Amino acid sequence: MMLHNALDRYHDRPSSIHDLDPRVKVVVTLLGIFSVLLLPDGAWGAYFLVWCAVLAVALVARLGVGLVLRRSLVALPFALVAITLVFTLPGRTLFTLQLGAWEISASDAGLVRFSSVLVRSWLSVQMAILLVATTRIPDLLHALRHLHVPALLVTILAFMVRYLAVLLDEVTRLLRARQARSAASAQGKAGGSLLWRARVAGNMTGQLFLRSLERSDRIYNAMVARGFRGQYVTINPHRMRRRDWMALGLAFAALTMIQWLGRTLS
Amino acid sequence: MNIALLTRLWEEVVVPRMHIPDGFLSMPVALIFWVITVALLLLAIRKTQQQLGERQIPLMGVMAAFIFAAQMINFPIAGGTSGHLLGGVLAAVMLGPWAGMLVMACVIIVQGLLFQDGGLLVMGANIFNMGLVTAALGSLYHGLAARQSKGVRLVVAGVLAWLSVVAGALFTALQLGFSGTSPFAIVVPAMLGVHMLIGIGEGLITMAALAFVMQVRPDLVAAEAVRTGGGRGWVIVGLVIALFVAVLSPIASADPDGLERVAIDMGFEEVAMTPPYELFPDYVIPFLGETPLSTILAGVIGALVVALVAFAVGRLLRQRAAAA
Repeated sequence: MMLHNALDRYHDRPSSIHDLDPRVKVVVTLLGIFSVLLLPDGAWGAYFLVWCAVLAVALVARLGVGLVLRRSLVALPFALVAITLVFTLPGRTLFTLQLGAWEISASDAGLVRFSSVLVRSWLSVQMAILLVATTRIPDLLHALRHLHVPALLVTILAFMVRYLAVLLDEVTRLLRARQARSAASAQGKAGGSLLWRARVAGNMTGQLFLRSLERSDRIYNAMVARGFRGQYVTINPHRMRRRDWMALGLAFAALTMIQWLGRTLS
Repeated sequence: MNIALLTRLWEEVVVPRMHIPDGFLSMPVALIFWVITVALLLLAIRKTQQQLGERQIPLMGVMAAFIFAAQMINFPIAGGTSGHLLGGVLAAVMLGPWAGMLVMACVIIVQGLLFQDGGLLVMGANIFNMGLVTAALGSLYHGLAARQSKGVRLVVAGVLAWLSVVAGALFTALQLGFSGTSPFAIVVPAMLGVHMLIGIGEGLITMAALAFVMQVRPDLVAAEAVRTGGGRGWVIVGLVIALFVAVLSPIASADPDGLERVAIDMGFEEVAMTPPYELFPDYVIPFLGETPLSTILAGVIGALVVALVAFAVGRLLRQRAAAA
């Protein structure tokens, strides 16, 4: 059983993007995020072009724009960290807020920097989503191996991803069981002292640890019985075809152009 | 599997975490931490391959999945906040320093790669903050407490777990500050303050989980301590990190101007920022937004570290006496 992540069901849609060599997709995604990060603050035209490119890929991959947009909101809570920029960067004052005893004023420079950080981050997340939604996890790991990520790390990742769904099931059952035991009356205060609650959570963690440990023993024995020698082997050669090279070249050209536009326009 | 429940849990657990998304760190900061992280991971891989057999490979994979799953176990603390596990110290205590680092790195790689929880270009920094620093602090356990009484071991593990969250938050805050994403004067006290509270949950769960394993499978905890035997080198590494936190927190909280200057001198910031002290917005945790109090809290860390150092020295002396 593979990992049931929310993107799993998008893996079976045949498209020219799904079909690309996973190495190309990993490299292009990293280059894309790299290039977005290099764009200067307030290069709105360039940001827009990157977004168009992201949407175009999403359409070609038949993912639908909604999926990418919806999933891209995960990084939003972190915006709280950067919002301070609006009120601390020196610049022309836009408006002033009265917060209790404090008076804080927003500056135009701060607003530009804050929105730029946010947009760049949002674009990067969308690129990462495109990569995972169009690439099967074993292919992704295989690509990492080809890109010289150490074999031990990739093998651990492969085992992890393989058993993640099992352990997530396990933890879901533990949590459901705790919830079922923890009834509270409508008025009453439930759940004992803080220490007691922490101990329950700790016991669940310890329980999960022991179950995982025993499972890994069984897995190892089963794998040794099947000839495991410390590494995954694959019969999928992952050979670069002409269109893989073309896609790589096209992506590189597009990113360079956007980079150039972003610097000349702003 | 109940996807809706999982999604809800995931969101509850993820939001208060310190996974930095792409775009929030500047290029130099992101790249520097990639270099550091890659170097440490390569070292960890070499050491692990020397020390452990192929039996440990599935073990580490399943343990990484375990940490990932265990991060979903939460418990209500107060006022709608909940405590949960990051797991670096627990991993290092159970598996030893190097394997613990690899396991934590895999957890953060999967979170970033498959769940977009934490960016790809900033993954080096995320692995460093939440995986390497925490596991290195956890390794202190083997050097300090592995042969002590049960109570001492639990307390040491709990304190280290709390400290690991604070240290991770401090590094995250510093990276954000050096990137010019948030002024030091706000991000350092805010991150430290929030995570001094969140760390309590980490410490309590780590202690309780360790106590559970000690009771049910004492052989595991005892055998781990002997086999991985975190050496004196780890005590030094752990103490250096602890001291770094203890020394830098008060400085950073009391004199963020100094850090700001360093950031500008090193060319990290494109924009010069003057942190206006009198303008602390409301959402900076009320009792920590005030600089003197966060300095006092940082002082508490300092005191704890001093106690740990004294403890370590006492232990070394006793060993010498026993050897003579």
